[in-house]
Amino acid sequence: MSDDLSKPFTKSSMSEEEIMKINKERKIQVTSFAFMIFLTILAFIAVATETIEVGFAIPFILLLAVVQFFLQMYYFMHLKDKDHGWPNAFIISGVVLSTPALIALILLLGVTKY
Amino acid sequence: MATATATKDKSVLWDWLTTVDHKKLAVLYLIAGTLFFVKAGMMALFMRIQLMSAENDFLTGQTFNELITMHGTIMLFLAATPLIFAFMNFVIPLQIGARDVAFPFVNALGFWIFFFGGLLLSVSWFFGGGPDAGWTAYVPLSSGEYADLGLDFYVVGLQVSGIGTLVSAINFIVTIINMRAPGMTMMRMPLFCWTGLVVSILIVFAFTPLAAGLALLMLDRIFGGQFFIPDMGGNAVLWQHIFWIFGHPEVYILVLPAFGIISEVIPAFSRKRLFGYTAMVFATLVIAFLGFMVWVHHMFTVGLGPITNSVFAIATMGIAVPTGIKIFNWLFTMWGGKITFNTAMLCASSFVPTFVLGGVTGVMLAMVPVDYLYHDTYFVVAHFHYIIIGGIVLGLLAGTYYWYPKMFGHKLNEKLGILMFWLFYIGFHMTFFIQHILGLIGMPRRVYTYLEGQGMETMNLVSSIGSFVMGAAILVLIINVVYSAFNSERITVNDPWDARTLEWSTPTPIPEYNFAQTPQVRSLDPWFYEKVHGDGTMKPAEPMTDIHMPNGSILPFVIGLGLFIWGFGMIMINMDDTIVPPFLVIGTGVILTFGSMLIRSIKEDHGYHIPLEQVKKIEKEVS
Ligand code: HEM
Ligand SMILES: [Cu+2]
Repeated sequence: MSDDLSKPFTKSSMSEEEIMKINKERKIQVTSFAFMIFLTILAFIAVATETIEVGFAIPFILLLAVVQFFLQMYYFMHLKDKDHGWPNAFIISGVVLSTPALIALILLLGVTKY
Repeated sequence: MATATATKDKSVLWDWLTTVDHKKLAVLYLIAGTLFFVKAGMMALFMRIQLMSAENDFLTGQTFNELITMHGTIMLFLAATPLIFAFMNFVIPLQIGARDVAFPFVNALGFWIFFFGGLLLSVSWFFGGGPDAGWTAYVPLSSGEYADLGLDFYVVGLQVSGIGTLVSAINFIVTIINMRAPGMTMMRMPLFCWTGLVVSILIVFAFTPLAAGLALLMLDRIFGGQFFIPDMGGNAVLWQHIFWIFGHPEVYILVLPAFGIISEVIPAFSRKRLFGYTAMVFATLVIAFLGFMVWVHHMFTVGLGPITNSVFAIATMGIAVPTGIKIFNWLFTMWGGKITFNTAMLCASSFVPTFVLGGVTGVMLAMVPVDYLYHDTYFVVAHFHYIIIGGIVLGLLAGTYYWYPKMFGHKLNEKLGILMFWLFYIGFHMTFFIQHILGLIGMPRRVYTYLEGQGMETMNLVSSIGSFVMGAAILVLIINVVYSAFNSERITVNDPWDARTLEWSTPTPIPEYNFAQTPQVRSLDPWFYEKVHGDGTMKPAEPMTDIHMPNGSILPFVIGLGLFIWGFGMIMINMDDTIVPPFLVIGTGVILTFGSMLIRSIKEDHGYHIPLEQVKKIEKEVS
């Protein structure tokens, strides 16, 4: 195996089928990337153009953020693929650990500056 | 295609500077950690001399503040952490049946970055004095307005050494997940590997907030930011939150590996398998999770309100439950076992009651109304020293005596060992038990002196004498290391303790590739299983072939040096007159750091092979 390390990766260790799969993957990546940009623009418009009232804009962009997060993680960073159990476990524990911390901080630091 | 083989003609110094071997890095961690430990220990002795009598003027208040800050910071970040990493480095690859960690280069990188970060913190003494705002560096005390250059060394030095710790932790996660030998399922891993994995995960989640907090403080101090400056719309309490979101998990980062060591030593010397293995793993995970949910217990007296305080108080008490599970499992492991009380076992078994005392005071501190009395008194000092010395240091000592024969090829002297243990144990309780009472009668923490006639003189004197006894114990340990190096019998057997886990199946001294053939694991405690049910050797899981090894590299050292110079340049921005302009120094550091990374990226390095004949030759030599 280590003999082939100097050759480009595609030549040394990928079959036709795998190359096709990679190409398909690439298409998914580009589509999801475009969609994510779209979501970002939407969020930007919601805040910048003042056509939407603030009370609605905040939950709206938060919702967009959640969608964005899942797209990022699952489509862009491959968490949806199989054999990604460990990365999934780590990301989920990270979310589980940081969400309460963030919520607590927002609540505690909010108006009273604590 | 076997090209270059092991290059034996390297000089010793060059070999150690470029090594990527986990066993040698372990020794480097051990030496660096011990040096920092001794250094911070001396500081503690100085502080105890100052506190020996009322209104003493051995030290000034400023020096005392610098000593207390450096003592805490060094002990936690630069002594306990590397000593734990020393054992994790040495033991984990062997216990899971791997030839090395997943990324040997990154392992070396982690060590050198940590080391140079520690050095950066330490050189503060030569530039106007150490940091002086406590190891917690609360703002506004640590803001540009009140703290001098020393605090810049704290901020940047910890930032650098934190990168090293983070990098090593990631390496361990990958190693434990991917490099286990065939048959070594997660639930067959020794408990030390489990705690190593969990601790590495904790480091990833806890050192990131610390890095963010330090970065914000650096922006405040060096670049005129205002995150923590209330006058300019900043928030001083934010620092406390960020620090303790890191800080509480950090205390578990330190104590869990000690739990792991204890869980290896107690079964080995009780001649029984660990009682309740599954419960132990589960308790470790629960402790890790809860460790992140309790940081406000360090801030009860800030005034966050009764609801917040109650929620965090209950969460804090919750940690006592999984901790209790562990305590009982250790007791049940010893119960009915054929116990050998050598030094390792004495340290491990006395860990249990001492740790319980620290846990009990922890739960006392978690009760908010009384914490208003305890907070910032010597009671808290007594609490965390019972945990840190009675827990972590005893665990590390147990580990030292237990793994010493595998690491250095000879045992430590038992007579001196037992002398060390009793000196240490008596000295420790003498120093710290009495501090509970000092705290209860109202002696505040982090003061450099106290008045006569408040009933504190005798107890402080006792405490100081105790600390000298502890210092004597460490001296005996050092004498023991030197004495044994010259007088101890060389170990020729694999398994001098008749132990249970995989590291004892390797020959002593261990060849650089650890296992000539990756072992097949058939049970929990695989080595014990083969001794009882098999023929006393590990079954190989692969044929004997050439062994692929990584090349050594000087780049980790250079990257560490680069970060040191870069960090120093950052601090120079705050210095009054510098011989060279700071940006020149920063530039040099940046070029060294990123230049080395560039070289690493474009230069191909496939390592080398140890050919089969040589493997056979080495195997014959060591067996
Ligand atoms: C049963 C488990 C534990 C409980 C309930 C507990 C509770 C507490 C509480 C409430 C405080 C804050 C006291 C105050 O400042 O008023 C505290 C401080 C502290 N604890 Fe613990 N603790 C526990 C275990 C540990 C462990 C395992 C460690 C270390 C490995 C540790 C190290 C510390 C340290 C270093 C401090 C002082 C921090 C500082 O202010 O500098 N504790 N503990
Ligand atoms: Cu805590």
